[in-house]
Amino acid sequence: MTSELDIFVGNTTLIDEDVYRLWLDGYSVSDAVSLRVRSGILEQTGATAAVLQSDTMDHYRTFHMLERLLHAPPKLLHQLIFQIPPSRQALLIERYYAFDEAFVREVLGKKLSKGTKKDLDDISTKTGITLKSCRRQFDNFKRVFKVVEEMRGSLVDNIQQHFLLSDRLARDYAAIVFFANNRFETGKKKLQYLSLGDFAFCAELMIQNWTLGAVGEAPTDPDSQVDDMDVDLDKEFLQDLKELKMLVADKDLLDLHKSLVCTALRGKLGVFSEMEANFKNLSRGLVNVAAKLTHNKDVRDLFVDLVEKFVEPCRSDHWPLNDVRLFLNQYSASVHSLDGFRHQALWDRYMGTLRGCLLRLYHD
Amino acid sequence: MPGKLKVKIVAGRHLPVMDRASDLTDAFVEVKFGNTTFKTDVYLKSLNPQWNSEWFKFEVDDEDLQDEPLQITVLDHDTYSANDAIGKVYIDIDPLLYSEAATVISGWFPIYDTIHGIRGEINVVVKVDLFNDLNRFRQSSCGVKFFCTTSIPKCYRAIIIHGFVEELVVNEDPEYQWIDRIRTPRASNEARQRLISLMSGELQRKIGLKVLEMRGNAVVGYLQCFDLEGESGLVVRAIGTACTLDKLSSPAAFLPACNSPSKEMKEIPFNEDPNPNTHSSGPSTPLKNQTYSFSPSKSYSRQSSSSDTDLSLTPKTGMGSGSAGKEGGPFKALLRQQTQSALEQREFPFFTLTAFPPGFLVHVGGVVSARSVKLLDRIHNPDEPETRDAWWAEIRQEIKSHAKALGCHAVVGYSESTSICEEVCILSASGTAAVLNPRFLQDGSVEGCLEQRLEENLPVGCGFCHIPYDELNMPFPAHLTYCYNCRKQKVPDVLFTTIDLPTDATVIGKGCLIQARLCRLKKKAQAEANATAISNLLPFMEYEVHTQLMNKLKLKGMNALFGLRIQITVGENMLMGLASATGVYLAALPTPGGIQIAGKTPNDGSYEQHISHMQKKINDTIAKNKELYEINPPEISEEIIGSPIPEPRQRSRLLRSQSESSDEVTELDLSHGKKDAFVLEIDDTDAMEDVHSLLTDVPPPSGFYSCNTEIMPGINNWTSEIQMFTSVRVIRLSSLNLTNQALNKNFNDLCENLLKSLYFKLRSMIPCCLCHVNFTVSLPEDELIQVTVTAVAITFDKNQALQTTKTHVEKSLQRASTDNEELLQFPLELCSDSLPSHPFPPAKEHLESASSNSGIPAAQRATSVDYSSFADRCSNWIELIKLKAQTIRRGSIKTTVTVEKASPMGEGNFRNRSAPPCANSTVGVVKMTPLSFIPGAKITKYLGIINMFFIRETTSLREEGGVSGFLHAFIAEVFAMVRAHVAALGGNAVVSYIMKQCVFMENPNKNQAQCLINVSGDAVVFVRESELEVVSAQQPTANCQPSCTGGEVTT
Repeated sequence: MTSELDIFVGNTTLIDEDVYRLWLDGYSVSDAVSLRVRSGILEQTGATAAVLQSDTMDHYRTFHMLERLLHAPPKLLHQLIFQIPPSRQALLIERYYAFDEAFVREVLGKKLSKGTKKDLDDISTKTGITLKSCRRQFDNFKRVFKVVEEMRGSLVDNIQQHFLLSDRLARDYAAIVFFANNRFETGKKKLQYLSLGDFAFCAELMIQNWTLGAVGEAPTDPDSQVDDMDVDLDKEFLQDLKELKMLVADKDLLDLHKSLVCTALRGKLGVFSEMEANFKNLSRGLVNVAAKLTHNKDVRDLFVDLVEKFVEPCRSDHWPLNDVRLFLNQYSASVHSLDGFRHQALWDRYMGTLRGCLLRLYHD
Repeated sequence: MPGKLKVKIVAGRHLPVMDRASDLTDAFVEVKFGNTTFKTDVYLKSLNPQWNSEWFKFEVDDEDLQDEPLQITVLDHDTYSANDAIGKVYIDIDPLLYSEAATVISGWFPIYDTIHGIRGEINVVVKVDLFNDLNRFRQSSCGVKFFCTTSIPKCYRAIIIHGFVEELVVNEDPEYQWIDRIRTPRASNEARQRLISLMSGELQRKIGLKVLEMRGNAVVGYLQCFDLEGESGLVVRAIGTACTLDKLSSPAAFLPACNSPSKEMKEIPFNEDPNPNTHSSGPSTPLKNQTYSFSPSKSYSRQSSSSDTDLSLTPKTGMGSGSAGKEGGPFKALLRQQTQSALEQREFPFFTLTAFPPGFLVHVGGVVSARSVKLLDRIHNPDEPETRDAWWAEIRQEIKSHAKALGCHAVVGYSESTSICEEVCILSASGTAAVLNPRFLQDGSVEGCLEQRLEENLPVGCGFCHIPYDELNMPFPAHLTYCYNCRKQKVPDVLFTTIDLPTDATVIGKGCLIQARLCRLKKKAQAEANATAISNLLPFMEYEVHTQLMNKLKLKGMNALFGLRIQITVGENMLMGLASATGVYLAALPTPGGIQIAGKTPNDGSYEQHISHMQKKINDTIAKNKELYEINPPEISEEIIGSPIPEPRQRSRLLRSQSESSDEVTELDLSHGKKDAFVLEIDDTDAMEDVHSLLTDVPPPSGFYSCNTEIMPGINNWTSEIQMFTSVRVIRLSSLNLTNQALNKNFNDLCENLLKSLYFKLRSMIPCCLCHVNFTVSLPEDELIQVTVTAVAITFDKNQALQTTKTHVEKSLQRASTDNEELLQFPLELCSDSLPSHPFPPAKEHLESASSNSGIPAAQRATSVDYSSFADRCSNWIELIKLKAQTIRRGSIKTTVTVEKASPMGEGNFRNRSAPPCANSTVGVVKMTPLSFIPGAKITKYLGIINMFFIRETTSLREEGGVSGFLHAFIAEVFAMVRAHVAALGGNAVVSYIMKQCVFMENPNKNQAQCLINVSGDAVVFVRESELEVVSAQQPTANCQPSCTGGEVTT
C-alpha cells in the first residue's frame, strides 16, 4: 500500500510555525521530519512517523505555493486563494525576509550578482547555513535591491511599502541595499569584529547625511530631481571633501587645531598624553579618508580605512570609549574656531556622520 | 416576462503576463449571456487594467435568467494572431431573482482557466431589474428560494412542510461527443462546465415550478448531484423538501401568515392519549397499551432497523418482494389503517430534512434503504429521461414500502446516491422511517386524523424513540423494553437513524464517530455478468457492514446511531462499503450489553485461553470507552432488564438474495436470525480478523471528539473558532495476491491514518470537535482507492460543558412548550435560539422597533455606518500595512477608490455590515462550514444557493508538484472561488457546504491529470452574538465597534 496522493486543504490555511522555520532553513522534507521527531512531538501528541511525514509534506507544499506570493508581499494580502488571517500573513512575510547574521556578514557590500550567487556554496559550508536558505536570503536581498534601487524617496519607506516588513527589518534591508550599491568592503579580516548592526547604524547615518536625498531639497520639480536619492552618495559632496585637506596640509592650521583640542581636553582625558602624541596622525587619517572619497575604489574601503587609521591606533593605546567620544566632539567642534578654515558646513556634514560611525565602530 | 440584466466590468488585477516581449498584457473582456455578447475596450499594457466599462444590458426572459449563467471571459488582445484567452468567470445570477436575497453581485472574482487555474482577478458588478411584479413572477419559478441546509433555515419559520420534490435532466456529455476529438482540452472542459451550469439552472427552475404547484415558496435540503455516466451521458438530478417558509424578522410576515397555523393549533382539542398513532380508526391503541407482554430473560436480535433493502415483514418467511407483500397481507392492512394519514396519499412522503421543528418528529422507526444495480445504456432522447426516472421511482417505491413495514408513514433524512463504474451503476437511497406530526403538513388535518399534543404529556426527549410499529406484529424481531425515560411506552434496544439527533433528546455522555469499513473483491466482468456479480455481492456487504456497525456501537457502550450513511462504491475489481454514523447513548433506550466471544472448539485449552484473553480485551475496551465518552447512565435496578449477554448462539446468516438479473432490487433480511449481534463466534480466521479489526480502531487523542452529525451530542458550548477542511488520500494497492482480508486491512488503515492525520493537524484547536465528518470513497482505477473527507473542526469550552448541557436541555424544553402555547409571542426567541437568554429584552425591543421601520433586521441597519469612519480607526500595524499595500499601486489607487464609490459595490459593502471594514483594501474573511449554523453567531440573512462545478486539467503534472500539488492547488482554488462568490453577494459565510463530487483521474505516464469538483452551500450573512449584544446595549450611536471586531475575527 503506497500513498499516491495525500493532501489537506483548510478554508483557513494552516501555518505551522515550526515547520515554516524548518522550511525557511532549507531542510528537505525527510530532514525536517527527523528534526521534528527529535523535538519530541511524537511523544507529546501520540502521532506516528507516517502522520508526521504526511503533515510535513503538506506544509511544505503549502509554503511552496505561497512562496510565489511572498516574492511580492502585497500580492499575499490581495490574493484570494489562501485565506490567512492578517497576523499570520505578517508572520509569513517577516519570517520569509528574515536572514541569518552570519550569512549577511558574508555578502554585505558585495555585488548582488550571479558571480556572488555562485559563491553561495562556499558561504553555506563556511556558515553551516543550508544552501537553500542561503539562496533564499540572497534572492531576497537581490529582489529588494532591484525593486528599490531606482526608486525615489526614503529607502526604508520604499522597502516597507513594497515588502510590508516591520520597521526594524526594513532598516536592515535599507543598510543591505545601501552597502550593496556602494560596494563597501566589509569582509576584510580586521572588519570581522563588526556586526551587521554596526554597519546598519553607519549606513543609516550615511543615508541621512551623505546621500542626495539628505540635501533636503523639496521635490518642487520632480523632473529635475535626480533618481536614487537614498541609495547613492552625493557625488558633489564627495568632490568637495577634498577641500578639507587643508586641515592637515596647512601646518599652522593643524597646529592650531591641535592646541585648541588639547587645551579643551587637558585634565579631562585619561589618555591625554597618548592623544597629544597621536593627534596629528589621527587627524591626518580622518581628513585623508575624506579627501580620498572622490574615488570609487576608496569609497569601498571607507570602513577599512576608518578602522586602520582611527579605531586601531586608539585601541592599541587603550582609549576608553568615553575618551574617544570626548576627543571626537572636541575635534570636530574646534574646527569652528579655526578662522582660516572656510568649509565649516562641509566639515560638519562630514564629521557629524563620521563621529557617529566611529563611536559605533569603536569596540572590541 | 422579461428582466434586464446589467453588468459592469470595473477592473482587473494580478493578470498573468501574456506578452513575453513587454512582460505585460493587453486585456479586454467579453461578457456573454445567452446568445448576446458585449466587449470592453482593450486596456493596453497593464497587469492591473481599469476598464471601468459602461453598463452592459441584456434583455432576457426570466426562464433564461434562471437557466443561464453569466459568462465573463478575459482575453489578451493580439493584433496579428488570435486573441488568447486568459480565463473565465461564471456567475450564477439566481440569487438576484428573489427579493429577500442579494440585490447586487459585486466584487473581485478569480479568473479561472481549466488548464492554468486561477489567473488574476476581475472586479464585476451585476444587477437585475425585473419588470414585472411579484405576481407575474410566480408563474415562473423565479421567486422560489433554495437552501442546501437540511433543517429549517435559522431566520425562517416553517409554516407548512409540503414534502418531496425531485427532478432530473439528462444530456450528452460533451467529453464524449465526436467533436471532442478535434477540439482542445480547454474547449472541451469549458463546454462541460457550461453545460452543467445550464443543466443545474434548468433543474432548479423545474423543481421551483413543482414547488409553486404545491404552493410552497422554498426548497429546503436541496441536494443536487451529477452522474457522469460516460458514454451514455450526463445526468443531473436533485431532490429536496418543499416548504412554505416565513421570514421571522419581517413584520409583514408575522401577522397574517403565522396566525393561521397557531390558531388552528389552539383550536385543536387537547388529546390526552400519549399514543402517537391514535387515529380514530386504528386498533393499535388498545393493542399497544393493553396487550403488553415482556419476557426479560429472552434475548432477541439486536436488529432494530435495517440499513438495506427489504425489511421483511416477517422474518421467518424472509419475504422479499418489494411490492406490497402477499404473505404480510393482513398485517399490512392493519398497518395501513394505523398510519392512515394524509401522507399516505402522497406519492413519496419523503423529507430530505435531518433536523426538524420541535414537535414535528413523533416517532422514529429505523433506517430504510434500497439499492439497485443497473446497466447504463445511451440516453436516446434527452428530453424524456424516462428510464432514469423509472429507476429512481422504483427505488423510492421500495423505500416507501419499507417504511410502511415499520409502521411509519414517512421517511425523513432521505438521500439518494449513485456509484458508477464503466457501464454498471448502483443506485442507492436511504432514510429514516418516521411518524410525523401532521400539524406541519399542509393537508395533515384532513381525514379526521387527530392532532397530537405529545410534547406536553410525554416527557420530552424520549418520544421519538418509542416504537411506531405494533409490538405483537413486529416487522422484525427486536428486543423491546419500556422506555427508560417515561416508562410508559416501548422502545427498541438499539436505534439506527439517518437524521441528526433531535435537540430535545436526552443523551448521556458524549457521542462519537463510528465507521464500518469493508472491501470485497469481485471478478472483472462485462455488462450483464458484472451487474449480476455485483448484485450477488451486495447483500453480503450490507450484512457485514451492519454487523460491524452494531459491534462497534456495543464496543463504545452506546445504543443509538444518528446520521447513518452507508456508501457502497463499485470499482472494476472490487466493491467498497463505508458506513459512517454518530453513536450516542440515548437515555430512553436500555443499556447495551457487552460483546461475548465464543470459540467453536471448546475442548482445546490454549484456544480457550486465547478466547478468554480476547474477551477480556473487549470488556476492557468497553469499560474504557464508557469512561472516555462519559457514559454513566443512572443505575436502574427495576423489573424489566433482561440479561445483557445472551447465551452463545450459532452465527447465522439469513440472506435472501434473489437478484438474478441486473435490474432486480436486491433483497435481504438483516435480522441475524433471532439473536446474535452480541455474540461473536470465532469459527474461522475471518471472524478472528473481525474481532481484531474491532479492537484496532483507536479513539481520538484526548481533547478531540468527532461526529458526522451537525452537532456533537453532549457538547453545546462552542466557541467561535472554526476550521473547515477537505482532505484527500489515494492509495495504490499492490496488485499481487489481493485477498479480501488484505484489502480490508488496507482500507481500514487508510481511513484510520487519515483520521489520525486530521487530529494531528488540528491539534492546536484542542479542545475541539470534528463535526459533520463526511467520508467519500471512490475507486478511480483498478488498484486505486480514493478517500475524500470534508469536515469542520470547532473549538469548545471544556469547563462550561456540563452546565450548558443542562441549560440547553432546559432551553429546548422551554422552547418546545412555548411553541405549543403561543407562537406569536415568541417570534424572536425562535429566531435566535442559540442566544443566551439574558440579552434578550434590549435586543428584542431594538429589533422590533427597527424592523417596523424597514424590514431589515435592526442589527444590520444599525451597524451599517459609513465606511470612512472605519478607515480612521485602522491604526494598528496590520491595518497600516494594508493601507500601505494600497498605496503601492500609486496612480491606480485613486481610480480604484472613485470606481468603488461610483459603483454600487460600495453600497454592497454597507449593506453587509459583517464584511470586514477593510474589505476594500484586503480580502474579507469568508467562513465555510458543512454545518447549518456558525457557532457564536447568528445568521441574519440567506443570500442564495452556491452551486459550482469546476474542471481542472493539466498536461504538466510533474511541474505542478505531482498529483498532490495539482489537487491541493485545485481544491484551494475551488475554496477561493466559493468565497469570492459569497463575498460578492455581500455574504461572509457559506453554511451547509458540501463537496458533492471530487473525481480525480491521472495519467502519470503522459504527465496528465484531470479533476472535477462539485460543491454547494448556502451563502449567508452572520453577525457575532457579541456584536449583537453590543448593538443592543449601546444603541446605534456607537455602532462601528462591532463591525471592526467583525473584520478582525478570522478563523
